[in-house]
Amino acid sequence: MSRIVRTAADLLYPVILIFGLYIVAHGHLTPGGGFQGGAVIATGGALVIVAYSYKEISGWLKKNVLLGREVIGLVGFIGVGLLALAFGQVFFFNYLAGSGSLFGMPVPYGINAGELNTAGVIPLMNFAVGIEVWGGLTIVILYMLSGLEKEGC
Amino acid sequence: MTFADFIITNAPALLIVVPLFAAFLCPVIGKISTTVRNCWVMGMMLITAAIAFILAYRVFATGPVLYVFGAAATNLAVPLDSGGIPIRIIFMVDAMSAFMGIICAIVGVSVLLYSLSSESRNSSLEGYYTLFFLMIAGVFGMVSTGDIFNFFVFLEILSLASAGMIAYRVDGGLAVEAALKYLVLSTLGAILVLFAIGIYYGEYNALNIAMIAQRMQYTMLDKIALVLIVAALAMKCGAVPLHFWTPDAYSRAPSSVTAFLVVASQASLYGLFRVVFTMYNVTMNCVTVGWIIIILGVLSMVVGVTMAIPQKDIKRLMAYHAVSQTGYMLLGVGVGLAVLGNVALTSAFGFMAMEGGIFHIFNHAMYKGLLFLTAGAIVYRIGTRDLNKMGGLGHTMKYTMIFFIIGALAIAGIPPLNGFASKLMIYESVYLFNPILAIIAMVVSILTLASFVKVFHSVFMGPQLPEYAEVKEAPLPMLIGMGILAAICILFGLFPQPVVDMLVAPAVHALADQGGYIASVLGGA
Repeated sequence: MSRIVRTAADLLYPVILIFGLYIVAHGHLTPGGGFQGGAVIATGGALVIVAYSYKEISGWLKKNVLLGREVIGLVGFIGVGLLALAFGQVFFFNYLAGSGSLFGMPVPYGINAGELNTAGVIPLMNFAVGIEVWGGLTIVILYMLSGLEKEGC
Repeated sequence: MTFADFIITNAPALLIVVPLFAAFLCPVIGKISTTVRNCWVMGMMLITAAIAFILAYRVFATGPVLYVFGAAATNLAVPLDSGGIPIRIIFMVDAMSAFMGIICAIVGVSVLLYSLSSESRNSSLEGYYTLFFLMIAGVFGMVSTGDIFNFFVFLEILSLASAGMIAYRVDGGLAVEAALKYLVLSTLGAILVLFAIGIYYGEYNALNIAMIAQRMQYTMLDKIALVLIVAALAMKCGAVPLHFWTPDAYSRAPSSVTAFLVVASQASLYGLFRVVFTMYNVTMNCVTVGWIIIILGVLSMVVGVTMAIPQKDIKRLMAYHAVSQTGYMLLGVGVGLAVLGNVALTSAFGFMAMEGGIFHIFNHAMYKGLLFLTAGAIVYRIGTRDLNKMGGLGHTMKYTMIFFIIGALAIAGIPPLNGFASKLMIYESVYLFNPILAIIAMVVSILTLASFVKVFHSVFMGPQLPEYAEVKEAPLPMLIGMGILAAICILFGLFPQPVVDMLVAPAVHALADQGGYIASVLGGA
């Protein structure tokens, strides 16, 4: 596409990335979560594929890396649940909630600004799902838009 | 806590965690080498099957097993501070669920063993095995869950994975077309199920099957929800008049996948029975709903078999037979449902009809899986599905022929094979209910036999054809995969009574006993 579109895409890509990660990280406090945040990030991928061409993009949006991200996300999600079994608890038990360590703060009562450091394993699972959707959905978009040619703009 | 205790306690969760884990790591492990990947998938499948058997043993020995995800204890379905509402996702494995789990485990192991060599000539097998394990996890999830929304989630996992598997061999786009058909219909069905779940949730403030069952009022809304769920799941299990996706999907998918798609369809059948028996039970008009299921069954039997007779594609023919056999299960269980409120009739023939129908689910998975696998072995060796181009294969593919004979006689209900055992139970009990239905069922069996005699003759009999002179027997892993299913067909045909007493009867009683299900989840509260 034209230089204007490319420059805009260059500028917007990091912003979309950060916004997506923000939604992932605040999944336990605000609407959204791992899937939604990951989908937002994947739209960033769609933006650069459309702005450039599939050939130019495939150099730095590598399918293997994205696949790896998908695997890490999925295994991480199951792993977080399995860790509960390792602690002698029930699968998916929230062993971090209220523990005082990572994401272990008790939720403050009443109206508050939103404490990020709460909810135990739920943010961890959101991160896992976010990473998975980031990889998975970007691969889907890559395959769907792989026909885009440079001159087709 | 020892390792054995750990496995036994967490078996319901591990039942889906192990296949999911196997599926997710498959793309990475596939990068190492083919041998390592094959060992990984086979090992994981055996572990999954072992867990399914351990869980089933525990269920049949000591009663239903409850597993509450994320709770403080595995059996704490109703948290103390929730006001009596079971808020968590629960797995409720009763005898019926364990029974379906055994089917899935046996067919899963045979199909995976078979795939190791039948798919070895194809590329991107990581995706194949990933989707296969997702299907396994979907089936186990559907049959174990005690939460209707969770059921929907696993139904979707299963549908999407199945659609991917059907399209796996692109086959000049024909397989993709079949997969698209399946995907659109599955999604439509899933939306109907979701709509029904929304009705339950709005009406009863609960998604837990036991909770909904306890609060069931059978209002107009519940009738609408029942219609939506029965229609969607009857479509998913391939009952006429919603069977039109089965011939395409079953014939275009790789044969190993087709054998497992049979189990996938039966998981939907399980869902249908679970909703009708556990959630509604006698609060609804059992006679009407029972007759609707009977009519669906009779239609499936007759239309399926008459459509099968003129087919020239071996897998398409078998797919229509699968539709026809699903009719037997619907007929048997439908008769049981129609007399559910009546204690005298239920003990006279109702339970026996249901036992026949449920036993037929097991037998169907075994012999139909076997038949699809033999068809796959033939296609693997000669490369065509057209019956008119086959002939004389009995000279070279002796073991495949034997397995085919076992499967064909079992599906036609010839003693002493397992199809006979369950069909006899259906005939006897349905005859007491309505003789005409039993006669239709027998006629359909005869037509099935006629159809398979035709297939047998055109595939295996006759002089050796010159173009197939070089055809060899199917590879050993494929033969072992078929052999497992064939052995079960014979074994369960020779000794049906212990199987019925030990597995089928507890499953049927668990299905019919709504109060017991509610009590095991909600603790009789």
